[in-house]
Amino acid sequence: MAPHEQLEAIQLEGIKKTVINCYENVPFYHELFDEAGFDPYAVETLEDVQKAPFTTKQDLRDNYPYGMFAVPMEDVREIHMSSGTTGIATVGGYTEHDLDFWGDCFARGIWYADGGPKDVAHICYGYGLFTGGLGAHHGSLKAGCTTIPMSAGNTERQIRVLREMGSTILMCTPSYAMHIADTAIAMGIDPKKDFHLRAGIHGAEAFSDNFRRELEKKLDYKVLDVYGLTETMGPGVAIECMEQNGLHLAEDHFYAEIIDPETGEVLPDGEWGELVLTTVDREATPVVRYRTRDITRIIPGECACGRTHRRIDRLHGRTDDMLIIRGVNVFPSQIEDVMKTFDQISSWYQIELTRKGHLDVVTLKVEPNPNFDFDEVRAIEQLQRDISSRLKSALSVGIRVRIVEPRSIPRSEGKAVRVIDNRGDDQ
Amino acid sequence: MLDQVTVFLENDKGRLSALTRVLSDADINMYALTIAETSDYGLVRIVCNKPEEAVKALRAADMRASVTEVVAVTVPNRPGGLAELLQKFEELDLNIDYGYCFSVAGEEAVDVLKVSDAKRASEALAAAGYRLVTSEDL
Repeated sequence: MAPHEQLEAIQLEGIKKTVINCYENVPFYHELFDEAGFDPYAVETLEDVQKAPFTTKQDLRDNYPYGMFAVPMEDVREIHMSSGTTGIATVGGYTEHDLDFWGDCFARGIWYADGGPKDVAHICYGYGLFTGGLGAHHGSLKAGCTTIPMSAGNTERQIRVLREMGSTILMCTPSYAMHIADTAIAMGIDPKKDFHLRAGIHGAEAFSDNFRRELEKKLDYKVLDVYGLTETMGPGVAIECMEQNGLHLAEDHFYAEIIDPETGEVLPDGEWGELVLTTVDREATPVVRYRTRDITRIIPGECACGRTHRRIDRLHGRTDDMLIIRGVNVFPSQIEDVMKTFDQISSWYQIELTRKGHLDVVTLKVEPNPNFDFDEVRAIEQLQRDISSRLKSALSVGIRVRIVEPRSIPRSEGKAVRVIDNRGDDQ
Repeated sequence: MLDQVTVFLENDKGRLSALTRVLSDADINMYALTIAETSDYGLVRIVCNKPEEAVKALRAADMRASVTEVVAVTVPNRPGGLAELLQKFEELDLNIDYGYCFSVAGEEAVDVLKVSDAKRASEALAAAGYRLVTSEDL
């Protein structure tokens, strides 16, 4: 394993080239660096990177479709786009080299799980412009797994294939994995006996430790968290090892900083803040100090597994998923953690935000578990009050809890829709 | 003692109708149905001929249903019939969570009561000469 100094040398060499490549081939960066007074030819140390200005998602959108490309189009092999749910999509381009290291980065997760040619990888991230499907696909091929490109959807068919093809590694969003597990159980299938899974590589949305434990219990496998984003590559920027204690950053391809999202100041290791990434050797669409809007921290110290690549902590949410409720910052994952302390309710939930006068009203909808004895109205009201008061003490925000009918919260095949914000509507 | 089916339903258009359709498709005959409602949801309580099957059918239709043990007791159909029964509960120091009238026929009415200790209540009522209605009687 490479000592960390060796990784830093790789990073410095790569970043020197990246900033010059950006300056010379991407008009946006040329202008950005000039305006900020950043000299791309004067980078001598990794700390010098801090002198470079940030790049934001809006910058990427403004340069849609090909404005951020640093290579001629004949060198581009693949295109991906972010979902663009909040506006214009952001575009990522990949050269042969970019695809190769992407596969390698994702494959690390499979290798961490001791996976390889003996494994059957069942991929039900959505295939297409979303980086989940093909990112996992490239990784699975790189690791030599037998690759089943299921894509998302048609859950009963997923279950049939999982049973019949003997899939050993499952790759999809954590919420879809849970949906598969629950559907299988409802169909009278016992995934512990009828599936052959050993590991799951799940990402594209944040999930709590409790959610992970529930998945592991239902599917009898080990869940590894994978992180990534289209703007820098896709899944594989960081992946957990079997220690399940933070995600190892692919530091040979990405340079990470944690900043205070308000001031932009770089924070020391261990402190929570926004993750900022610079690509080390991305050719088609390199980024310099890209603000991911994901909240995490660098975990200080070495991992018990012995790998020297530093770890980021499991995501605390995104700066844009963060709900500001009556001035208090709330992450959906915190709500999940409280919910998991009640065995009367399932893990599905939806947060509904409305405004009454000038006050934010938060309603948390949860579904009861089959074992919940609900014969009396007061039992239901008591449970709603108990959840509410535990949320209040954990988050310092009053949240109204509503128990709703089973399966009335919509299931998703991609990213789960956890928050519905109707605060803009007139009440 | 009598098996009652309790169903958790959202207080929304069409939900009760969906419930009754499920029971009708499962060929279940209801003898009594009562609703305890709040602004968000309701609890529907049903006495029917096949409570276990009813719960199975409702769960298969993604509804949260369960069987609850209740006490069904025959009282005289005249002023004071229920009052005397409730007096008995007071003497036994048993709290009634909820109740409803199940049927009225001629000289008799049947009341359904949910009490915390259905077994003790049944025994005490039987000892006091009350006639209890069981699932088999229906």
